[in-house]
This record gives sequence, structure tokens and C-alpha cells, in this order.
Amino acid sequence: MTVDRDIIIIGGGPAGLTAGLYAGRSMLNVLMLEKLSPGGQVLTTHWVENYPGFPGGVSGFDLMDKMKDQALEFGLVIQSGEVVSIQPGGPEQDYHRVVLTDGELTCRSLIIATGAQPRKLGLPNESAMVGKGVSYCGTCDGPFYRGMTVAAIGGGDTALEESLFLTKFVSKVFLIHRRDEFRGTKVLRDRVRRNDKIEIIWDTVVTAITGDDQVTGVALRNVKTNEVSTLPVDGVFPLIGVQPISDFVKGVVNLDGGGFITTNESMETSVKGIFAAGDVRSKLFRQISTAVGDGAVAAFMAEKYMEQLH
Amino acid sequence: MADALLHVNDDNFDAEILKSNLPSLVDFWAAWCGPCRAIAPVVEELAKEYANKIKIAKLNVDENPKTAGQYGIRAIPTLILYKGGQIAEQITGAVSKAQIENAIKKVI
Repeated sequence: MTVDRDIIIIGGGPAGLTAGLYAGRSMLNVLMLEKLSPGGQVLTTHWVENYPGFPGGVSGFDLMDKMKDQALEFGLVIQSGEVVSIQPGGPEQDYHRVVLTDGELTCRSLIIATGAQPRKLGLPNESAMVGKGVSYCGTCDGPFYRGMTVAAIGGGDTALEESLFLTKFVSKVFLIHRRDEFRGTKVLRDRVRRNDKIEIIWDTVVTAITGDDQVTGVALRNVKTNEVSTLPVDGVFPLIGVQPISDFVKGVVNLDGGGFITTNESMETSVKGIFAAGDVRSKLFRQISTAVGDGAVAAFMAEKYMEQLH
Repeated sequence: MADALLHVNDDNFDAEILKSNLPSLVDFWAAWCGPCRAIAPVVEELAKEYANKIKIAKLNVDENPKTAGQYGIRAIPTLILYKGGQIAEQITGAVSKAQIENAIKKVI
């Protein structure tokens, strides 16, 4: 049977674009499906300081524009589309079917690079308050909080970086963390401690977001003393990590307890010919640089897989 | 064909959107917003596909603080669909084309 493509890549962040670049450069017939426009989570990063090759840093926009242009140079085709499910191949069928909201495509090999999205606190009115004071992107929405007081929640690199970015606009950031130390890197921890506009609230979780039309505050509980309190704020920024975008492959490939796709170090999933790369993959360290590495390996292994099909 | 996507501002918002005979969709955006860039091509495509059925416009929140403030915009991108001068639907954040299309179908 004739398949539509050698390789289909789902997702246009750093992992997907790198896979696209490598596969395109190998003269394979490769298509990328992207729900929005390419760039991924990096588009919400104001300034990237730790991607090699850019002394002084680079804006998230510019970096992703360059990655996209470079992949296009090698013939990658990017199509706007949202994948609903995958029907994997097997011993009798050496191709996979990709089901979109508006059609179907087939491919010999599939690279899943759908990435992750911000994790929610899980509070009842949280989703309803998005755009009314709840935001998962300080870089995007910080300027709307000029001169106001906000709460940032989390203790990893994203929480520290975004809190620092928010201080450009707000008069005060309460950085609320459930432990008594940050997970984030030392350079960011030091910058946060030195910043007068950031007040750290340790050992504390947010139990409620208050306000009807607009956020007016948060309810807090100290996890060590169980003491409860309220804190009036104009904005709430949950920055507590990511959750994978993997619902569409549940039951198709193996996932770990957090829903991330498990692979070996060759990016092979539990299904032959299906690979995963980037933040959607079960791994320790989610960075642009590690996503790029995953993407290169996935494209290389996808090509190897197809060679043994013929 | 003329550019299907309209650019509105504080001065013409009332005439172009609130007093519009057609329902309309306004994309509140800013140059510094990554997710706004991510959905921009989708909004442009929809403007072409739904030309003459719905008026699709962009409003730069930096240059038009009055309108952005009036609708309490606290996050971008925000897409607001208006019908007869009233808000019919509101979508916050970068969502898929299918989700925006569903909202459009409800108002046209």
C-alpha cells in the first residue's frame, strides 16, 4: 500500500523541528502536523539564556523562528492540524494511521513531539478565572499587572524565572512554595533572593482562589503548622511544572505514571516505528537543548527503522 | 480580494465591531506575546474562510488600552466574539483552530 508520508512528526517545538530538519536533510518525505504555529512552549519564554550558540541569550521567538526556517530549508512541510488519535501498525501492517479532526494520514514512521503544557493547581474555579487574574504565562500577561501585587506558585526554574520577569511590571511578587527550598538552579535562586520585589512564602500551598469577576486573593495553608491565612493579590501565576500532551496516544504506547511517553534511549516507544521526543517523553530534564537532542535521535532512528522495512 | 482580516483600534471599535451588522471576532494581542504569534496564522486563515459570515479583527492592546481596559483584558491572546454589540463568547489563551471554529459557528 502507498502511504502518504515516510515520517509524520506531531508537534512543532524544538524536538519536532529538529527531527524535521534531520529527516528533511536525509531526503525523506516528511510532514509536520502542528495545532497552532511552530514554536511550542519556547514562544512563552521571554529570553533564553541556556541554549548554546547564543552568547548573551536569545528571545524565545527568534530562536524558534530560526529553528523553523532551518527545517524548512531542508524541505520539511508543516501542515496545520490537530491529531485526535493514532491507529498503530503491527506485524501485518507496516504503517500507522494518524487521525486528525478533519481527515486521516498514513506514514511509515511516526515521531510524537507534542510536548507539555502548564500544570494546573486543580482548584475548582481555576479554569474559570483564567484571563480574570489567573495566568500560566508571566511573559505573556505580566504587562497587564503593572503596579499590582501578584502571587507566583512553584519552586522550579520556570517559577523563579517568571517571578523575576514579573518584577519588571508588578510592585510585588509573593512567591509561594510548598517546600522550604527551591528546586530551581542556583543562579536563579540567587537572583530571586536578591530581588527586593519578591517575597518568598515557604512551606505553603494555595487552597483557594478568591474573587468573582476578577481575582482578589488566595487562601493559603502552611503545610508544617497547618496555619491558614489569606493574601490579597490581583493576579495568580501557577508555575508548578508541566503535564504531557499525550491523551491521544493513551492505550497506544506505554506511558509512565505522569502520562509521559516511555522510551528507550533511542527514543523508541513500546510500538515499533513510533518514536517520542522532547517534553512529552518520560525523562529527567526538560530543556530546549535536551529536546533538540531527542529530536535528532528520533529522526535518525526513524530512518533506520524504515531502511529495515524495505 | 481585499485583506479579510481587519485591524481595529480605540477610535473605530464602536463603529466596526459593536455596531457591526455581522457578528465579529476580535483577537486582542500584543507584539511581545508568544502565544499571540502562535495563533495569528489560524486567525488569518479563519478570516479568509469565514469572510462575509463573520467580521474578524485584531486589536493591539498596547496601542489601544481603552478598549482592552473596557473588556478587562488580563491575558492575551483573548478572542472575544460579539453579536449585536454584546459579548457572545470569550476564549482566553492559544487554542486550536477547531475550538475557535466551534465558537464562530455558535454566533453565525
